[in-house]
This record gives sequence, C-alpha cells and structure tokens, in this order.
Amino acid sequence: MLEFLDNNARFLLIGSFPNGPLGGLALTLLLSFIGLVLAFPLGLLLALCRIVPVAVLRISSGVFVYVMRGIPLIMLIFWSYFLVPRLTGHEVSAFTALVVTLVLYQAAYLCEVIRAGIQALPKGQLEASRSLGMTYGQTMRLVILPQALISMLPSLLGQFVALVKDTSIGYVISVYELTFSAQQINNSLLTQPFAVFFTLALVYFVVCYSLTQGVNFLERRINRKGSQTVVKLEVANVSVV
Amino acid sequence: MNSVLNFDALLAPPLFSQLLHGAQFTLMLFVACWILAVSLGILLAVLRISGWPFSERLVAIYVAYHQNVPMLAHLFLWYFGISTLLPAGLQDWTSNHGGEFIFATIAIGLYMAAYFSEDIRSGLRSVPGGQTEAARSLGMGFLASMRYVVLPQAINNAIPTFTNHTIVLFKNTSLAMALGAAEMTYAVREVENETFLTFETYIVATVFYLAISLILMAVGAAAARRVRLPAH
Repeated sequence: MLEFLDNNARFLLIGSFPNGPLGGLALTLLLSFIGLVLAFPLGLLLALCRIVPVAVLRISSGVFVYVMRGIPLIMLIFWSYFLVPRLTGHEVSAFTALVVTLVLYQAAYLCEVIRAGIQALPKGQLEASRSLGMTYGQTMRLVILPQALISMLPSLLGQFVALVKDTSIGYVISVYELTFSAQQINNSLLTQPFAVFFTLALVYFVVCYSLTQGVNFLERRINRKGSQTVVKLEVANVSVV
Repeated sequence: MNSVLNFDALLAPPLFSQLLHGAQFTLMLFVACWILAVSLGILLAVLRISGWPFSERLVAIYVAYHQNVPMLAHLFLWYFGISTLLPAGLQDWTSNHGGEFIFATIAIGLYMAAYFSEDIRSGLRSVPGGQTEAARSLGMGFLASMRYVVLPQAINNAIPTFTNHTIVLFKNTSLAMALGAAEMTYAVREVENETFLTFETYIVATVFYLAISLILMAVGAAAARRVRLPAH
C-alpha cells in the first residue's frame, strides 16, 4: 500500500503536470473553483428571476430549476457534450463540456440557496425601503442582497464541497480529474484495486471534510455576531454524486 | 438537428426493448437501494440518539465518511476494491448473480443511508424537548408519547428533505453505468452508439428521468399534505 503511494502520489495530486496536462486533485479543485465562480452570478440571476413580480421570468426560471433538479448529472453531461458544439459551431473539449454542465447544475441549486436567503429576511425590510421611495432594483441591491448574502456564506462554501464531489462525474467523459486519475493508476497496476480506490476515497474525504469543518466554523462565527442568522436549506448541500 | 427527428426507430421492437430493459433495471435498482437506505437510515438514526456514546461516535463517523466522499468513489471502491477482498466462493457467486446490481445497491444504499439518517435525526431534534416532557407528565408512556406527540411532528418536519434525498437517490442510480450495469443511462449510450440517433435517445432518457423525478416530488408533496398538522 505504501509502495503504491510512493510511486503514484504525485500523479494523484497533479496528474502528469508539468510534462503533460494538469490532472488529479489539482484539476478537481480547479474545476470546482471555476464552477463556483461562474455558477454564482448565474444562480443569483436565477434567484432574482424566481422572486421578481414578472410571471414570465418567474415561470421560466422555475422550470429551469426543476429540470436541473429532475435529471441526473450524467445525462446533463451527455447533453452538453452533444449540444454545445452544435450551438456554438466549435468542437469543445471534455473539460469545457464538464464546466458548462457543472455551472448550469450548480446554478440551479445555488438559486434555491440564494432565494431562501432572500426570503428569510423579514418582509419589513422590503416594505420599509419601498416606503422610503427606493425602486425595486435599489431595494434589492442596497438593502436585501447585502444582508442575504452574508447569511448565505456558509451555504455557498457548502456548495463548493458539493462541487468537489460532483466533479468526479468528469470520469465519464474522461476529464483527467481525481477519480479518472485513480482509475488510470488502477488500470496500470491491476493488482491493488482496493488500495487504489481506498486512497481515492481518503483523498476526497480529507479535502471535503476540512471544507465542511470550515463551513461549520463560518456558521458559528456568523451566528455569534447575532444580527444575522444562517440560512439552513434543505435542497442545499445535497451533492449529487 | 436540421433533419426531422426520428423517434420511429426507437419505438420499434429491438431498440425499444433495450430501452425498456434499461428503465426496468433503473427502477429495480432504485427500489432496492431505497429499501436498504431507508432501513439502514432508521437504524443509524436510532443508534445516533440512543445516548450510548460509542454508537453515537460510530454513526457520526459513518455519516461524515459518506457525506464527504463522492458516490462514484464509493461505487468503484465496492465494485473493484472490496469485492476482491471477499472469499473466492462469494466472489464467484456475485459475478454469476449480477455483481453490478449487487454492488451498486450496496454502494448507493449505504451512501444514501447516511443522508436519510440525518433527515430522521434532524426531524426528531426539531421537536422541542418540552413536548416529550409534557406528554410524559400527562401520563403517557414512552411509546405513547412517541406515537402521538413526537413522531407526528418529527415526520412532518422531515418529509421535505426526505423527498429531496429520495430524488437524489433515484438520479444517482444512473452512476451505476460506470460499473457497466445495464440501467437506463447505459442502455441509452448503447442505443446511441448503434443508431447515432443521439438527440432522440437523450430526449427519451431525459423525459424518463424527469417524469419519475416529478412523480416522486408529487408523492412527497402528497405525503406532506397527508401528515400536515393543524396550524398552531
């Protein structure tokens, strides 16, 4: 077991970089980071559409969220791998297809996190700022969102954990992330499947568990400050893979 | 996508029965995993609140392990790893009796049990302690207080997350394709490779998953309505 780690630890962590493409844990984290950074604005936009008093926007964003929550991530990956080249007219790499998928998927979940954060605020906040003559947009931008976003911070980090787990699905379309790297090592060794996959599980555990502890810490900090209560949401933090 | 969509080939006998088998496999896997996950989840939740420190700690570790490792890693560990540690006789038996199904059920079932046990636990914890105390003061026994006071409220609070996780479980059965289990996603890939009717086969699969997910959401909502308590 230790000998196997000696020879393959580097490959599991960064793939064949710098002599080849980046892979392993480094790529998993990179994918998750890109995914969250791109999914957040989209999720915010969707959340605003979900609560805005315009029926068309509310219904279409609602349908989007339900569809994303109703089909497996793996189907979504197949769809984007198939559709993105046709819509853009360019061949896309598996990496791009995976990023597109993760962004759309996570945006749907983030949308629900953000919506819950907004709706958890007392209604008086909206009423007071509207009474002061602010427009709907100003109310959202200056009063509602700043308060809601702080209480959502832990949930956002929680979604990052979910993303780290979701990137493992990249294995299906041969993105060189952590799970794929482990499978490659297993294919070259053939004799130690248990050691390889146990190590794989352990690496994920160490990364995600540390992040989860970070979420809990942040939650306590924000709760202690008193003025905000952390939004706990059922649909959030449900990783799918 | 300029050509007209061609669903006829998919609805003709050979391909259709392939898809049908996939759908059947997915549904069977879903039911098997759900039964395993829910029964184990209840057991874990009971152990977690038993007041026995050792079992509480053990369940906490079990839950943390399953919540922080992706399901695909669990599937690989069970199917490729742990299966090799079994005695030879048992290995033969599983490979002759659909090992993909067995190990997928174990991996998905154990994984989702962690989530279900947390749903049940937080449902029970959401009932204030004063409720039990009041029920006991009124002369109810432990079982009666559970049956008439605590559980109705706990179930009421746990149903939304429970429904969500049931849907997650259903969607997750698609990952069994990575083990070569002949479930819906796997069947779709095969049909697509044979016919190149990519768009059409994906539509069929998407509608299938979406329909079942929506049915599960509706069942969850109906269950929530059924047990809804009168407003306080």
